[in-house]
Amino acid sequence: MKNLIISTAALALTAGMAMADTVRLGTEGAYPPYNFINDSGEVDGFERELGDELCKRAELPCEWVTNEWDSIIPNLLSGNYDAIIAGMSITAERKEVVNFSQGYTRPSPSAYAALSADVDLKGGVVSAQASTIQSSHVASSGATLVEFPSPDETVAAVQSGEVDAVMADKDFLLPIVQETELEFVGDDVFLGDGIGMAFRQSDDELRGKFDAAIASMKADGSLNALLDKWEIEGKF
Amino acid sequence: MSGLSWLSCYLTTGKHMSFYLSFGTVLMLLAITAPVALAFGFGGAMAARSHFLPVSWIGKTYIAIVRGVPDIAFFLFFVIAFDQAIEWVRHKTLCPDWTDPIRQGNDFVVCDAAKAPLSTAAQWVHEVYGFSLAVFTFAIVFGAFAANVLYGAMRAVPRAQMETAEAYGMTHRQAFWRILVPQMWVYALPGLSNLWMVLIKATPLLFLLGVEDIVYWARELGGSKTAKFTDYPHGDWRMWYFLALLVFYLLFTKVSEVVLERLMVRLSHGQATQAGEKQRKAEA
Repeated sequence: MKNLIISTAALALTAGMAMADTVRLGTEGAYPPYNFINDSGEVDGFERELGDELCKRAELPCEWVTNEWDSIIPNLLSGNYDAIIAGMSITAERKEVVNFSQGYTRPSPSAYAALSADVDLKGGVVSAQASTIQSSHVASSGATLVEFPSPDETVAAVQSGEVDAVMADKDFLLPIVQETELEFVGDDVFLGDGIGMAFRQSDDELRGKFDAAIASMKADGSLNALLDKWEIEGKF
Repeated sequence: MSGLSWLSCYLTTGKHMSFYLSFGTVLMLLAITAPVALAFGFGGAMAARSHFLPVSWIGKTYIAIVRGVPDIAFFLFFVIAFDQAIEWVRHKTLCPDWTDPIRQGNDFVVCDAAKAPLSTAAQWVHEVYGFSLAVFTFAIVFGAFAANVLYGAMRAVPRAQMETAEAYGMTHRQAFWRILVPQMWVYALPGLSNLWMVLIKATPLLFLLGVEDIVYWARELGGSKTAKFTDYPHGDWRMWYFLALLVFYLLFTKVSEVVLERLMVRLSHGQATQAGEKQRKAEA
């Protein structure tokens, strides 16, 4: 009996220790194919599969958390989750507050989509999601920028005629262009240094683990397979 | 699949279940927040009319500051600050040997044992924690408005009532609890019912705290979906989802109005107000 108690206690203790470093991954859940909420209400997409695989390789138990895009960095800094994996492009501006892993996509093309091919991208009204590389690009292009909190609203604004065009990652716009009346307008623009995971600057240990896992996925080609599966442009 | 069978499958996806559940979340939030906010308001009003000056200042400052700060700023700033304060206190008590600074650049770093909730905790614990933070924040914000309403209501009770109580030899405390408080509700109720109506519609602020409420799910479900990522592709259906929310809110408002109206009738009974006088005449 006594033995039983001791072994149960030991088991509980080791189980507790194994659980001790659960890594909470923060994502937006509104940016297919990178991350979205599927029909059964769970986080799904390229980054879901990528994140799960990375956690397996780094031997870390992981948990998914959704958070609004606007407050995704402040909540990382205050410790509500441990990493952001939400289609976030690596930029110099963001590097001032967070540290990025190496990119797990190539610098991906951004594109404009509109209802007709003859819209004025330099002087018209263009929508983009707030605090993204696309929104700062539109702001500096001379066009009038209209920002929305979620990606979906930026597209809805074009369809309702509120704005002339939308600018977003091409991978996000591609399925929308294929299935609706929207079409790509103008040339692709390459912004940022690819997409990476973001960590607190004081958390270099965790960043190192994920960095190594990303490198190993690049080395054995499994990252390329995943990019293919979700039809994201650019290979390693 | 088409027609009704499509619709019945569509409306019972896991995602829709989360949407239906979030109605429960919102109702629960209201059910807990309303009494807590009322308690905050009562405390604030009592403090504000205290004869002991520092207490009165505290009460009045609370009312003035919270009423002056925009809700959304309060929700973004206060919640993060409050969460960090909890972790800071836990850090100081649980990890006294920790030498690294807590503030490292932009980061707020406490030892693992001081995280609230622990990062090992199940997701539902995090959700309950977020929910409690939400209740507390809502209670503080709406408590300040309620305090102002109650403060006014307490002053609206005719002075003669208090003088009579004093003439009967009641102490300050006795007169307050036996005469003032039972009579003030009739003056407070119109203002409080306004607050309640505003509170019903303030729940989308929940998502700032990571709690997914009905508006979040309506926006998520209503947004156009392409066939690649779902079995149920559709265009921009946000209008229909928001229409459903509109019906829900209108019904809820109607129910609230009926209940509050009944409450008002009861409270007016025997009061020296116009409504109370009318009741007396009708009975006579």
